[in-house]
Amino acid sequence: MSLELLRISASGSPAPGVRSTPTVTKLVDTSTCIGCKACEVACQEWNDLPPEPTTQTGTYQTLPNTTANFWNLIKFNEHSDQSGMFRWLMRKDQCMHCAEPGCLIACPAPGAIVQYSNGIVDFQQDNCIGCGYCITGCPFDVPKFSPLTRRVYKCTLCVDRVSVGLQPACVKACPTSCLEFGTKDAMLEVANRRVEQLKASGFTQAAVYDPPGVGGTGVVTVLAFGDQPELYGLPSNPTVPAAVTLWKGPLKWIGNLAMLGGLAVAAVHYVRFGRKEDPDKIPNPKDQIPNSTRAL
Amino acid sequence: MTQQAHGRVVRYTFRERAVHLAAALSYVYLLLTGLAFWTPAMYWLAVVLGGGYLSRVLHPWVGLLFSVAVAMMYAIWRRDMRTTDADRAWRKALLHYIRNEDAKVPPAGRFNFGQKQLFWIMVWGGLALLASGVVLWLVAAVPWELRALRYAAVLVHAAAALLTIAGFIVHLYMGLMVVPGGLSAILHGTVSERWARHHHPLWIKDDVQSQQ
Repeated sequence: MSLELLRISASGSPAPGVRSTPTVTKLVDTSTCIGCKACEVACQEWNDLPPEPTTQTGTYQTLPNTTANFWNLIKFNEHSDQSGMFRWLMRKDQCMHCAEPGCLIACPAPGAIVQYSNGIVDFQQDNCIGCGYCITGCPFDVPKFSPLTRRVYKCTLCVDRVSVGLQPACVKACPTSCLEFGTKDAMLEVANRRVEQLKASGFTQAAVYDPPGVGGTGVVTVLAFGDQPELYGLPSNPTVPAAVTLWKGPLKWIGNLAMLGGLAVAAVHYVRFGRKEDPDKIPNPKDQIPNSTRAL
Repeated sequence: MTQQAHGRVVRYTFRERAVHLAAALSYVYLLLTGLAFWTPAMYWLAVVLGGGYLSRVLHPWVGLLFSVAVAMMYAIWRRDMRTTDADRAWRKALLHYIRNEDAKVPPAGRFNFGQKQLFWIMVWGGLALLASGVVLWLVAAVPWELRALRYAAVLVHAAAALLTIAGFIVHLYMGLMVVPGGLSAILHGTVSERWARHHHPLWIKDDVQSQQ
């Protein structure tokens, strides 16, 4: 593997990565997405994913949600503003590749979730035990459990393509260039330029969605209604869930100390007080044995 | 309690011993695999027990077995486990009991106050583990809108497990290391009359009265 590891799930030892690699980022400009779904097709094709039965829910959206076999879904969020103007607020629903990945923090299986030095968060299904803790850890509802393999799947940011210098398949397929791929710095520059253009066009609330609560994300989104990410189905201030932080942080250390403390107390008690008297071995006065014999 | 030859009395019936054994074996499996999921330092336990994947598959089913065993123990023992005035007196002498100064400890019934506490820890802890465990088992089926359930489940499952582990450490240590005859009683069912009078004098007394 040409990419180094920055973090490894459930690993007590430091990750081996020492070389500095630029963080890669996918830019999604929702204002120029036309809902063509070329990215969905490209994702299914490149990753050789089996077809997912679609459901008609009264929208153009392919599926209600991403699945274990469908990692990239354009959400057709319907929105009418005060003037009654109808818009689709397209959103690319996929793994956000958080710098602080809640899935990786929650994962109990060594090496089942890794973060490469370029920021890509990837599931290693051969190490996955199917516990679903990553589902609890993710603030974006991304990891999806496959009942077939009892393992969890999500977007890889095409790490296999990126590691040999190619763009992710979805970016390659996008006909309007609303998807771009590059270093985080470069993508933020493009994103901020797009925000300025949107503001000049009257979308004064336009903003870049790169939530700091998860340390920023490897998928950065330009939102025309940047003050209301909820309209796009994005949480306004996502963080690793407090319960997961508590569970994998203080609770774990308090629990470990308590368990070791319990064993230590038992050991000290045994050395200090030892066994209780055995009533069956208290000599009965009726069958008193001579002292000389008892000494043996 | 049935008198047997050579001054031995039946402390646990076959039914009680079988249910206790089912609870004990399932608890140990749950403890070892649970510790493997709890911390990477203990993950080797899952490897020894057939791998993390198999441990994750079996842990919930064994959890159901443990729940059934605890429910049966509740049905069998819940009347015996009510706190009595004798227990309150016993509790005040807990330090004497810990220091093995048994002569200074007030008489206990069929179960002493400490045993009763373990029982209630396992009943309430087991209930919390079952409820949170079902959520963790079927976490993918919990809708996103109800994700608070997932967050509650990871915390409740860990906290309840730690509570039962505290009880389990004391229970195992007492039964194996401190009280001679304790392990034999729960495995084979009988104790000597002297053992019964020494550790559970009120049990012997009540039983004699009820037979008269």
